[in-house]
Amino acid sequence: MPSRPLSPHLSVYKFKYTLATSILNRFTGSALSLGLLGLVYWLMAVAAGAAAQARAQRLLSLPFAKLAAAAFVFALAYHLVAGIRHLVWDTGRGLERAQSQRSAWAVGILSVLLTLAILAALWHGGAT
Amino acid sequence: MRLTSPLRQVLGTGSAKEGVRHWWLQRLTSLALLPLSIWFVVSLVALPAFDHATVVSWMGQSCSALLLILFVLIGTWHSQLGLKVIIEDYLHGAGAKTLALVLVGFAHVLIASAGVFAVLKVAFGGAP
Repeated sequence: MPSRPLSPHLSVYKFKYTLATSILNRFTGSALSLGLLGLVYWLMAVAAGAAAQARAQRLLSLPFAKLAAAAFVFALAYHLVAGIRHLVWDTGRGLERAQSQRSAWAVGILSVLLTLAILAALWHGGAT
Repeated sequence: MRLTSPLRQVLGTGSAKEGVRHWWLQRLTSLALLPLSIWFVVSLVALPAFDHATVVSWMGQSCSALLLILFVLIGTWHSQLGLKVIIEDYLHGAGAKTLALVLVGFAHVLIASAGVFAVLKVAFGGAP
């Protein structure tokens, strides 16, 4: 196969926070693929019965698993908000440099607030 | 009339002959996942507890079972589309790339099937 240049020439870009928002979108997306595995594991445990679900939830309530769950909540919140930004871009809006820099901050702040709101609601419900 | 040069035809380079199908599916699935993921998070937060009886009675409702199946199916679809691009971008070497794409594709079909099976089993009263 002929060797051709491939698209993400990561090393040629000067690092800016707008670049970080793009990288983080891919990173959180990949993390959510793993999260999907966790979700299906939990669904299978529920389907296998009360004992299997209790076993799965003992595993999921370990400190490390709780930290991972919080990280997955952030990944979902970030990917959701950043995804909306991408869908707006796809309509041809918000592509000017100043606009995309503003929306980068908005994505960062909104996703952190959304994460905290979800975690607080889970905490308040006493479910974790 | 072909507009490609003879050299290009011999090298076999050019478009992947897929047009914008992948790009469009990524957008469609993301659009569907916006309400589905919000519904999923809100439902989990609204659950009074995560014990087997509560979770089973939630998943046993036709509406939540249907939405959960859609969430798992469209979520795995979106995940597969996303990981495909990441593999194509960052995994060089035709052999490794093809192998990774095949394995990731199989894994997603397996995860989607397992998730749907689990939800249906619970919804049809098969969880002991």
